[in-house]
Amino acid sequence: MTRSALFAAAASAWAAGAAWAQTGAPTDGAIHFQEPATQIMRDIVAFHDNWLLPIIVAVSVFVLALLLYVVVRFNRRANPTPRKFTHNMTVEVIWTVVPVAILVVIASQSFPLIIREEQIPPSEYTLKVTGNSWFWNYEYPDLGVNITASRLPDEDVEARNAGNPDAEHRARRLLSATEPLLVPVGANVRVLITSNDVIHAWAVPAFGVKEDAIQGRVNDTWFNVDREGVFYGQCSELCGKDHAFMPIEVHAVSRAEFEQWVLAQGGTLPSAQPAEPATEAAPAPTR
Amino acid sequence: MSHHEAAHAGGHEDHRPSIYDPRRWLFSTNHKDIGTMYLVFAIIAGLIGGALSGLIRWELADPGIGPLLSLPWIHDVDAAKHFYDVAVTYHGLIMIFFMVMPAMIGGFGNWFVPLMIGAPDMAFPRMNNISFWLLPVSFTLAMISFLVPGAGEHLGFGGGWTLYAPLSTNWGGGAEPAAYHDGPAMDFLILSLHIAGASSILGAINFITTIFNMRAPGMTLHRMPLFVWSILVTVWLLVLALPVLAGALTMLLTDRNFHTNFFNPAGGGDPVMYQHLFWFFGHPEVYILILPGFGMVSQIVSTFSRKPVFGYLGMAYAMVSIGLIGFVVWAHHMYTVGMGLDLEAYFIAATMVIAVPTGIKIFSWIATMWGGSIDFKVPMLWAMGFIFLFTVGGVTGVVLANSGVDTSFHDTYYVVAHFHYVLSLGAVFAIFGGFFYWIPKMSGYRYNGFLAGLQFWLMFIGVNVVFFPQHFLGMQGMPRRHVDYNEGYAYWNNISSLGYLITAAGVLLFLVVLAEMFLVKRKAGANPWGEGASTLEWSLSSPPPFHQFNELPVIKPDAGH
Repeated sequence: MTRSALFAAAASAWAAGAAWAQTGAPTDGAIHFQEPATQIMRDIVAFHDNWLLPIIVAVSVFVLALLLYVVVRFNRRANPTPRKFTHNMTVEVIWTVVPVAILVVIASQSFPLIIREEQIPPSEYTLKVTGNSWFWNYEYPDLGVNITASRLPDEDVEARNAGNPDAEHRARRLLSATEPLLVPVGANVRVLITSNDVIHAWAVPAFGVKEDAIQGRVNDTWFNVDREGVFYGQCSELCGKDHAFMPIEVHAVSRAEFEQWVLAQGGTLPSAQPAEPATEAAPAPTR
Repeated sequence: MSHHEAAHAGGHEDHRPSIYDPRRWLFSTNHKDIGTMYLVFAIIAGLIGGALSGLIRWELADPGIGPLLSLPWIHDVDAAKHFYDVAVTYHGLIMIFFMVMPAMIGGFGNWFVPLMIGAPDMAFPRMNNISFWLLPVSFTLAMISFLVPGAGEHLGFGGGWTLYAPLSTNWGGGAEPAAYHDGPAMDFLILSLHIAGASSILGAINFITTIFNMRAPGMTLHRMPLFVWSILVTVWLLVLALPVLAGALTMLLTDRNFHTNFFNPAGGGDPVMYQHLFWFFGHPEVYILILPGFGMVSQIVSTFSRKPVFGYLGMAYAMVSIGLIGFVVWAHHMYTVGMGLDLEAYFIAATMVIAVPTGIKIFSWIATMWGGSIDFKVPMLWAMGFIFLFTVGGVTGVVLANSGVDTSFHDTYYVVAHFHYVLSLGAVFAIFGGFFYWIPKMSGYRYNGFLAGLQFWLMFIGVNVVFFPQHFLGMQGMPRRHVDYNEGYAYWNNISSLGYLITAAGVLLFLVVLAEMFLVKRKAGANPWGEGASTLEWSLSSPPPFHQFNELPVIKPDAGH
């Protein structure tokens, strides 16, 4: 890639920032996280940006500065006669105790974060994700929704984008799926994750969610998306030949839109009586 | 036997047979010859592993699957996808088991542990021979594995160096049988790693026995050079960790061939147990790869600062504690398997503790230089490059230790950047440092300092251009081990691949430096580095006599380290 392409990429990232902020997709040339869409991901970004990154940059720069000082001050010309000391209790205590203190500071932020991530709050919806070689199966067991999402082929990506100049809703190669998964904005969604074959991992970077899908085991995690948008992820555990080709496409939509989608998929809403033939027009759920 | 007669007929030289006599190498019981074979083996394996990484970076230079399709043996896109996974897998395995470990432990360990402790040879010279010769056998099996069917019709095993079950099994089932590895490639790989493990365990027993029993009079444990300490800790890790890998591999072998169900949930097994077993070996393994480098850097820094090692005991016991803690942190490699809050909290705390002894080492190296009179010869360049780049890789390790943010980074390029900073830029820099420090001793010749310095700068720039941008890719969420990527990851991937070209130029220059050295034949004296090089190997001629220390040296209490 040429230098002008770098500037073009950087410029478009800045200029289109407002529009792109809605989408959870990679930005070319970016050096940061994707825009968060959940409080958990906001917390992850804050922990990284406000604590971890300043600390590791400071430590690296400090070590580099010491090395450069040594190079300038203690080279053979500047200091022809080496000194012979081999111990200094004071500095040895300092460089043991100070790192311990830094680690305690990091831990003080780290433990609350994993408690928020790992303790799943009471949830309104339960989503079951099943990994397969090489596609995803999504099910809202309580709503009777069951869909299968595989990679959107390249020709379909082009076809969809040809009639749609809207940058926000264009399809993306290797990220767009044949069927999007819809999730309601502002609701706690508990995610159960398993696999029918080898290990996969379900990940959506903007949600701060990544959990292995393992045969014979049901893992759980959760998210609460706080804005509407399209969010992409990819399988994150090597699962064979088409590991790079089982994308995750999640649309976060309003509750009304979500309920419409549930009905369109042949599901039932939690308020409806299970026995009541509320949606006689809808076809039976396909399993 | 004519061999002995010929050797004796050589008179009072040093019984050194001709290098063109194959028996000298096949039947060698000499620690220096065996060390040389290990180093030659490591260089060859490193070139093969490096070529595989070249295919990886070539494919990833631009979005889309392209370059791999132009390889003569790749006939369709599916074959290219599988071959990418195969290249990633064998790159990792070759670099770990057939490059870094043979170079550091087999090569430098064999050459310099006996010399540094004043011993005539290793404790079990014939076991030393088989330790080495098992390695080409193991490598041959790995290469056979590369060339036989792995998954369906596709050749080679493509499940990553971690060999996670069920991907590494042949149970079939599921929607797509080709998702598993039903072919013999995985079985050959299991046999290959079993034999590599046996080779390492035999070598480790040899080192432990040698270091505990064959030190010269006065060479107490607390007077041993730090390189010997680093090898001692490393080989203990080998003896304790490799049998666990062997167990896990054997379970995989019986799961594949004898219908056991260790890792098959349908039969009551658990795939996650494989990961626990693997990483109980795998985490000590990464310290096995770096600890000898710590030792070499200590020797180099002290030599070229013309100053004794600062905080010798702290340095030795920092390595011991890194080795011990290294056994209780393994599950930080698997935060996303669903282990729950309590386990995650424990592994965060235990993992971060390792930063403390590591920090002691970094600062003690700098304190060794402090007040010194430093000569920036080629080995010192590598050592200083190591100290800084290992620090960068170390601090991103502290980031990854926090399972809260590891949720974002796990299995992304951030992890790839982290472990290449500590291994490709850490362990490999230490190996180059050790090589340029000791090659005058081993060969008897001096190399061209200008060319070797140029090689350092090419590789320093090259590997940083390869791996630093991968932090950014990881932050944007790019998963590792993907053959193709969305255009949103194109820019930094392209830069990273450019870095590979610079690095490759550095590797080629290394071969030129080697060739030039052996062609020009500048004689190196017994000690080309001056008074800073105070360990015992510099008291011998270069190259050392075929058999050294027929009369044991006596080490006085005030001897430097």
